[in-house]
Amino acid sequence: MNFLRFAVRRLLEMAVTLLGASFVVFGAMYLAPGNPASFLLGGRSASPAALEAIEKQYHLDDPFFAQYFRWLGNVLQGDFGRSLQYRTDVSELLASRLPTTMLLVGMALLIVVVLGLALGRFGAVRGGAADTTVLVGTTFAIGTPSFVAAILLQGLFAVQLGWFPSSGSGSGEGFGSMVWHLTLPAVALALYLVGLLARVTRSAMLEAMEGEHVAVARSRGVPERHIIRRHVFRNALGPVLTTAGLIVSTLLVCTVLVESAFSVGGIGQLLERAATTKDFPTVQAISLIIIGIFMTVNFVVDLLLPLVDPRITLGARSKA
Amino acid sequence: MTAPAPAPAPAPASTPAPAGAAALIRRPGLARVRAKRAPLYVASLVFVGLVVLLALLAPWIAPHDPNTADLGNALAPPSGEHLLGTDAAGRDTLSRLLVGARTSLLGPLGVVVLSTLLGAAVGVAAGWRGGWLDSLLSRGSELTLAFPGLLLAILIVAVYGEGLMAPVVALSVAYFPYVSRLTRSLVLAERERPYVAAYKVQGHSGLQICLRHVVPNIAPVVLAQSTVNFGYALIDLAGLSFLGLGVPALTPDWGRMVFDGKSAIQSGYPLSAVIPCAAIILTVVAFNVVGERWADKVAGRKR
Repeated sequence: MNFLRFAVRRLLEMAVTLLGASFVVFGAMYLAPGNPASFLLGGRSASPAALEAIEKQYHLDDPFFAQYFRWLGNVLQGDFGRSLQYRTDVSELLASRLPTTMLLVGMALLIVVVLGLALGRFGAVRGGAADTTVLVGTTFAIGTPSFVAAILLQGLFAVQLGWFPSSGSGSGEGFGSMVWHLTLPAVALALYLVGLLARVTRSAMLEAMEGEHVAVARSRGVPERHIIRRHVFRNALGPVLTTAGLIVSTLLVCTVLVESAFSVGGIGQLLERAATTKDFPTVQAISLIIIGIFMTVNFVVDLLLPLVDPRITLGARSKA
Repeated sequence: MTAPAPAPAPAPASTPAPAGAAALIRRPGLARVRAKRAPLYVASLVFVGLVVLLALLAPWIAPHDPNTADLGNALAPPSGEHLLGTDAAGRDTLSRLLVGARTSLLGPLGVVVLSTLLGAAVGVAAGWRGGWLDSLLSRGSELTLAFPGLLLAILIVAVYGEGLMAPVVALSVAYFPYVSRLTRSLVLAERERPYVAAYKVQGHSGLQICLRHVVPNIAPVVLAQSTVNFGYALIDLAGLSFLGLGVPALTPDWGRMVFDGKSAIQSGYPLSAVIPCAAIILTVVAFNVVGERWADKVAGRKR
């Protein structure tokens, strides 16, 4: 299939799914018990005048779909409405917190990619006791929720040993300080995914090693390191790449847990506060952003897969 | 009609089934994760049994009332009176751990039961009928897959407020596509098998073949998947409790205990937070190991 046509088709599919997601995110508010105006006031009792003002501000008298499309139109222009708790525009709230979360997610992603690939490769190549160690280790990594990892790391390295600060993001004190503050949160965030990626890498490499081309290369005396790098690892990259969307979305969602454990003032902690205080416009905005990023990553992966592994035809994954 | 049921035929690993038919669909990428060593499996099985037993017996074996606060005895180290010490409010950690096992296991159980029923129904319908129903259901589950479970749960809890019911329903909705995709691919592979054609020739109705023969044949694989999902549901629900969005404040729950122990750990008394952390990790690992092992067994795969 033509590459461009495939890209356009996937893009349209993505738009449809995003539209559905935005509908769910917006419609969820209407599932709330009671009337939307009092819900928007966070259940606080309000004077009839205040209720009326809210109804007017949010156009609650309009039909549902009119409201939905008005909201969607605003969102497309980057306007997520006003936060009920902070009394400022949600987009401003997000903009001020985004750098911290992006740094945190970036650091965690780096750990996941470097450590996950290395461990998986190590286990697959060495075999034996090394492989068993990797297997058992990743079993526990996968079974450790990120907030549990956060609390345990905090207790050990921040409180008992005092090597790292136990909370805050260090923003405003320079980049180095931020990295120092975010190291423990990043490790906690990365742990589960390191286990996952190591597992995927390991089994993909083991599968690639059974290929006949590897046996042929060995019989012809190609150096083992060369075989592993060029013929095994390279072939294993396909399955590894397909986990990218999952990795990024898990990282983003789990920032909620890790940021509240370490009081990192990023998007995650904002989402937690917003959910607790029923600040719905903020919850809607963050949910949409996370879903949007997840789908964008998946889209890019779908386009990249045939480049990494030419045997894969375009769109093979979405049909599987 | 007592036609002998066909030999239970799990997903044919040897035949070149369509992609994903023989392989379990789990969280994408986790498809090949599996336990290898038997000792770990046996230990996990024993641990799962033990945790379930303790949770069932909790009200009778808990040494103290899990909610009786004793501020004069806060953050006490382990002693004869309090075997695992007390938390920041002076409540007995062991009792809260035992009673908390009930909520911590009941929630994931609800998620697994709901998502399995929903997912199996949708998957069987999509796989057996095909056509427009299939594409409609596939689109629907694709949309749900875009919502990470925890995010959907947070969204729902933000609307409905805390409690156990809303998160359980939200997570069931978030998890069912994993079950339905698996079920659908299994049904698609099963439909092509000769015994289905044989029953058709004998004049059995499609519904009867599907419910009496196809569903029992694919059930073990689906149940293994659900066991794996149990661990994930436990993680997500405990995470919600940790955010203060899950169970109500006083209910003993492992995630809530970690949340309550947060300030204690920051002031240098890690015990009351570390114990529920250990309980969560061990339980999740045990369920994962058991689930993966069953999955390997019923799918007849090696390694």
